[in-house]
Amino acid sequence: MNLCALNLGYRELNELVHGSEEDVVIDQCFGQRFIGSGASSKTIIINGTPGNALGAYLDGASIIVNGNAQDAVGDTMNDGKIIIYGNAGDTLGYGMRGGKIFVRGNSGYRTGIHMKEYRDKKPVIVVGGSTGSFLGEYLAGGLIIVLGLGTEEFPTGYFTGTGMHGGEIFIRSNIVPRGLPKQVTLSQASPSDIKRIEENLVEFSDLFGVSMDEILGKTFHRLMPNATNPYKQLYTEN
Amino acid sequence: MFRNPSGCAISGIISTSGRRFSGKIIVDSIAAMRERSNGLGGGFAGYGIYPEYKDYYALHIFYNDKLSKKECENFLEEHFDIINLSKIPTRKVKEITDEPLIWRYFVTPLPTKLADSQLDEREFVVKCVLRINTAIDGAYVFSSGKNMGVFKAVGYPEDVGRFYRLDEYEGYCFTAHGRYPTNTPGWWGGAHPFALLDYSVVHNGEISSYDANRRAIEMYGYKCTLLTDTEVITYIIDYLHRVRGLTLDEICHVLAAPFWSTIEGKPQEERDELEFLRYTFGSYLLNGPFSIIVGFEGGLMALNDRLKLRSMVVGQKDDMFYVASEEAAIRVVQSDLDRVWAPKGGEGVIITLKEQENLAKAG
Repeated sequence: MNLCALNLGYRELNELVHGSEEDVVIDQCFGQRFIGSGASSKTIIINGTPGNALGAYLDGASIIVNGNAQDAVGDTMNDGKIIIYGNAGDTLGYGMRGGKIFVRGNSGYRTGIHMKEYRDKKPVIVVGGSTGSFLGEYLAGGLIIVLGLGTEEFPTGYFTGTGMHGGEIFIRSNIVPRGLPKQVTLSQASPSDIKRIEENLVEFSDLFGVSMDEILGKTFHRLMPNATNPYKQLYTEN
Repeated sequence: MFRNPSGCAISGIISTSGRRFSGKIIVDSIAAMRERSNGLGGGFAGYGIYPEYKDYYALHIFYNDKLSKKECENFLEEHFDIINLSKIPTRKVKEITDEPLIWRYFVTPLPTKLADSQLDEREFVVKCVLRINTAIDGAYVFSSGKNMGVFKAVGYPEDVGRFYRLDEYEGYCFTAHGRYPTNTPGWWGGAHPFALLDYSVVHNGEISSYDANRRAIEMYGYKCTLLTDTEVITYIIDYLHRVRGLTLDEICHVLAAPFWSTIEGKPQEERDELEFLRYTFGSYLLNGPFSIIVGFEGGLMALNDRLKLRSMVVGQKDDMFYVASEEAAIRVVQSDLDRVWAPKGGEGVIITLKEQENLAKAG
């Protein structure tokens, strides 16, 4: 089904998308919010600029954005896939608990804030370019990979991993990360670490036509929380 | 009950070549973010809109009634030469109700009064504006710059734009605001932009340091009377820029000062300057989430709080620069952008007319 979003409010547009059994292509999208929220099947292709909370609570469907996305993409997403050919805004993958998000360009502040994992549910975010500050803030689980393609500068801002107590962050750069908070440990990714995340790198490579040689052409730094219970004595012995 | 997605909206558009364009464009931009407002305030500032009166201060005034109008006009006549006065043209719009009397005066200070006051002209105008707003009950000057004007009301911004016939104005720069008041009343005076002289501010966020900022600025003769936090930002900018002579870049480092930990990592010279600004102007640090667009004669400035707790995107196409809370609000008026980026928290974006840049270089 083809939809022109130009003169549709977010409510009308989303009712049409929800009501469709088949795949949906949305043209001339200008900021309509909540597109694909909670969707469990079909593929939604968006040409334009989808509004905030794209794919919130996504539950198995696929969303492809030909353009830039705004804030809170994949908010509390549970399953499925979001592929963005441009940039994403702030709080990408906010509280995400499953599924995968691939961004060709950059993402904003607080990428992957408070992502979490449980048993087989392990969310993944791969950002091709750079991210803003507070990457992986309060990270509780899941995997974030920042590739820093096209930049020689360190590809994240300040305060990376603040409050991190689970999950893993990989940052590709020839510069060693500085100023990490106390509860985060830093190591260079081992070949077995790379092996573990390789399927995500290959998927990124296939999606956006970036060669694996280029992707693997720089050092990957691995950030992990340094204790299983980082809040052990924050307030009281627990 | 539908979910009400909150957050104010801001937008700004400027032609750096000084080319004037219709106010319709800024209305279209802000209208794309309707969900960020709730109908309790909308407004616009336009620059370069009064070329025929460009040497006169344009006072836009709300009056509760004829009595306050009479009292205010007596005051104006005592202090200013009034070149022209009229109602601000409006259009009946069913969404906009309970409008006050809305008048516009093009004025210049009376030379004798100005000489008596021993103030420079702009300070004289500021004193008069603050005097009216604090001492004349029911009168409120909401715009007082030269060759610029603020238009604001209670309503959604696109309805406010139709009400004030914004499509009939042409300027080289416009800013806009859609309001979603969270803890202060939605009333005509509380709509954005807030302006003093040619400085205008539209703001998305909440200044949690409001009272500390208010106490600091009120020591210098300003008086916060409008029941909302944005007003104090306008006065701080007027004070730091016009009175203290700080550059806009320095003002960004005062309003959204970097953390001490961030300053520590800077080269010595930059570090000295940042530390100086933090120590000297610490009372004007704005805490809490904000994104603001400041309009002024010849340019605009956009700034996020240092933690970047509000969104802001900048786009460029040739001589046109666009700033908005959401990229969609830029794309809807210019889909073909040369460049689009999200400034970092605390990183001011200052865009001025080329003509002024050239003057600055020559000077």
